[in-house]
Amino acid sequence: MADHKRIDEVTGTSTSGHEWDGIEELDTPMPRWWLWSLYATIVWGIAYVILYPAWPMVHGATEGVLGWTSRGQLEAEMRADAARRAPVMNAIAATPIADLPAKPELMQAAVQGGAAAFRVHCVQCHGAGGAGVKTLYPSLTDDDWLWGGDLSTIEYTIAHGIRNPDHDATRTSLMPAFGRDGILDAGQIADVVSHVRVISRQERPSASSARGATLFEANCAVCHGANGEGGRTVGAPKLTDAIWLYGGDRASIAVTVTQPRNGVMPRWNGRLDPATIKMLAAYVYSLGGGEKAPAPAAEGPGTEGRGADGQP
Amino acid sequence: MVSPDDLTGEHGSLYAARKGVYPKKVDGPFRRFKWAIMAVTLAIYYATPWIRWDRGPHAPDQAVLVDLANRRFYMFQIEIWPHEFYYVAGLLIMAGIGLFLVTSAVGRAWCGYACPQTVWTDLFQHVDRLIDGDRNAQIRLANGPWTAEKIAKRTLKFAIYLTVAFWTGGAWIMYFADAPTLTRDFWAGQAAPVAYVTVAVLTATTFVLGGFLREQVCIYMCPWPRIQTAMMDEKSLLVTYKDWRGEPRGSVKKAEKNPGAFGDCVDCNQCVAVCPTGIDIREGPQIGCITCALCIDACDSVMAQVGRPRGLIDYCTLDDAATEMAGGVAPPIRKTLFRPRTLFYFGLWGAIGLAMLFTLGQRTRLDLAVQHERSPLYVQLSDGAIRNNYTLKLRNMELRPRRVEISVSGLPEARLWIDGGSRETARQSLHMPLAPDSVTSARLFVVAPGAGPARQDFTIAVRALDDDPRGDRETIQFDRPGTEP
Repeated sequence: MADHKRIDEVTGTSTSGHEWDGIEELDTPMPRWWLWSLYATIVWGIAYVILYPAWPMVHGATEGVLGWTSRGQLEAEMRADAARRAPVMNAIAATPIADLPAKPELMQAAVQGGAAAFRVHCVQCHGAGGAGVKTLYPSLTDDDWLWGGDLSTIEYTIAHGIRNPDHDATRTSLMPAFGRDGILDAGQIADVVSHVRVISRQERPSASSARGATLFEANCAVCHGANGEGGRTVGAPKLTDAIWLYGGDRASIAVTVTQPRNGVMPRWNGRLDPATIKMLAAYVYSLGGGEKAPAPAAEGPGTEGRGADGQP
Repeated sequence: MVSPDDLTGEHGSLYAARKGVYPKKVDGPFRRFKWAIMAVTLAIYYATPWIRWDRGPHAPDQAVLVDLANRRFYMFQIEIWPHEFYYVAGLLIMAGIGLFLVTSAVGRAWCGYACPQTVWTDLFQHVDRLIDGDRNAQIRLANGPWTAEKIAKRTLKFAIYLTVAFWTGGAWIMYFADAPTLTRDFWAGQAAPVAYVTVAVLTATTFVLGGFLREQVCIYMCPWPRIQTAMMDEKSLLVTYKDWRGEPRGSVKKAEKNPGAFGDCVDCNQCVAVCPTGIDIREGPQIGCITCALCIDACDSVMAQVGRPRGLIDYCTLDDAATEMAGGVAPPIRKTLFRPRTLFYFGLWGAIGLAMLFTLGQRTRLDLAVQHERSPLYVQLSDGAIRNNYTLKLRNMELRPRRVEISVSGLPEARLWIDGGSRETARQSLHMPLAPDSVTSARLFVVAPGAGPARQDFTIAVRALDDDPRGDRETIQFDRPGTEP
């Protein structure tokens, strides 16, 4: 190749000696400052290696004299963000939950914070938008509430959970397993199902439903109400509406009466701080089914519930 | 460290030191034109952020402002929102086609007159002449020893360089914040760190690129000369040394002794002396020529002194050169300017501009975007009705607060409310306030009877309740049970 090097007549520059089909390449000298800029990048690189983590070793990398780490940077950013949110978080913590709607900006912040916490702690069962899962976990977006849908009640439910056996303040109740435990026989259960289907306007009254009405009054009305309107103090669902967590067809209702689910939810007061629970309540409340607080200030709904559910 | 000059190949150094360029002072029509353009472009650059423009209480009063923090771009009476960035894209496309237009019509006029690198290099070269003297004095000083005088002159010159560079960087940040406030904060040490960093970076780049690298930027770094080389044709204006008239070169004395043996070029080298990129135009068209036409001024004044016609170096197309070489007379420049290619570029450029102006005049300043919440698609309510949730984004792009009505059509017996409301207060339409120049988000709850098609299209509309009833509407779906995939 070197044999082909020559000085180009027009430019006076040497060719590189490479030639393709008569096309030659000029070996034009680089501008000198370019080399200085190369040296500058080398100096920069050395400084970088000294200042920042660089060389991989067996148990990690060299640390760099600045002591910078990506974890450290993340921690600093999280701290800065917590500091930024602190005033709002403190205000939310200091405000009784029932007073939140009167402060729209605080309420909005609470709903947004609650949405973030919901995505971490709640979506596993209740779904991304709080829609629940049919036959497993209730929807939080509708206008039907097992334990009540005003802000304070939702907050209490989240804080204390449902049917936590090791927790006194938890919401609890137990629907008897009428079929499994032989309280009602198969025919009686079919009659009760007929009655429930009639009061929820899914069937016309029949002889079976008439028999079922009597059984309902004796066995079910104590919790679900004389007309099946439900009882929130014991988490007994309303039976007259169109919302059926475990299904509203004959077979599903029969299964529920035979072997109730008595669903559970963990309590969160030990795992989340009160402000986060408050924000979660605000978020759930905002999903579309939030109810106004009942006019008289009820004392702890949990104690009330335990009085009526017939448990020891 | 190896000095670059020690790195040698077979045919000399692998690295070429920069040849000093010490352009001589020159006067003439092109030089005066360059002065005018420098004055206008620098005035626009430095003064624009200080123009005030009253927009009322809800917007800044700076005529040209790129408000990155609030995501707004203000240009006199035009306000651009981020989603309207296509206007900026359109401006960039116009700038691109504008460069094509200029290049095909008058060659590298952008490089020669208006490019910031050219303008600032020109400015710095004037500083050189002011402090060090004209070309010969500069060369003497550069080659001379480091005397007290040289140190003093260099210190003074670099101080002026730095001042100009700092002023350049300082003016840049004024486009991104309220100029008077930012100036106060800057000197009080209270401006954002990014302001100081930007000024520092731009000061450094101006100092280095304008003070030292100069023509190296055009020759080694800038892609535009390469692109232009590909874009020029035989009808593009080039600064041309008319060698058929000038060669062979000879001094006036030689020409007097041997009449007829020499061309018009007296080999005075004035064209080389005034060149800001240090090239010899007589070697023909080359990438180093930015067509600033200062050599035309220099040559014309020499031709006037020796009593020969002007234009030995002149703007000339390759076609004209061929005509003149053959003894003909080149057509006037305006015939070269108006040809299909330039007219096409101009038409395209103008059409984009007019289209943008038209859409600017037509755009509505109240905008609705609706998103159907998918999780869940619908909510079964206890009385059998079905609720769907939507996220509304209402853009009030006017600089005044407005009240709007949101209504639905195409969904029988539909009732709606937004966050804060409830089903008890639901109506067929609702009113809500919109803050000026902002996006209002709202969650819209729509309830309709459970009986109906599983999937139904309907329309959500927003209209202003003031003197301008224009609004926006969007067709979206209402889902009922049975739509699960």
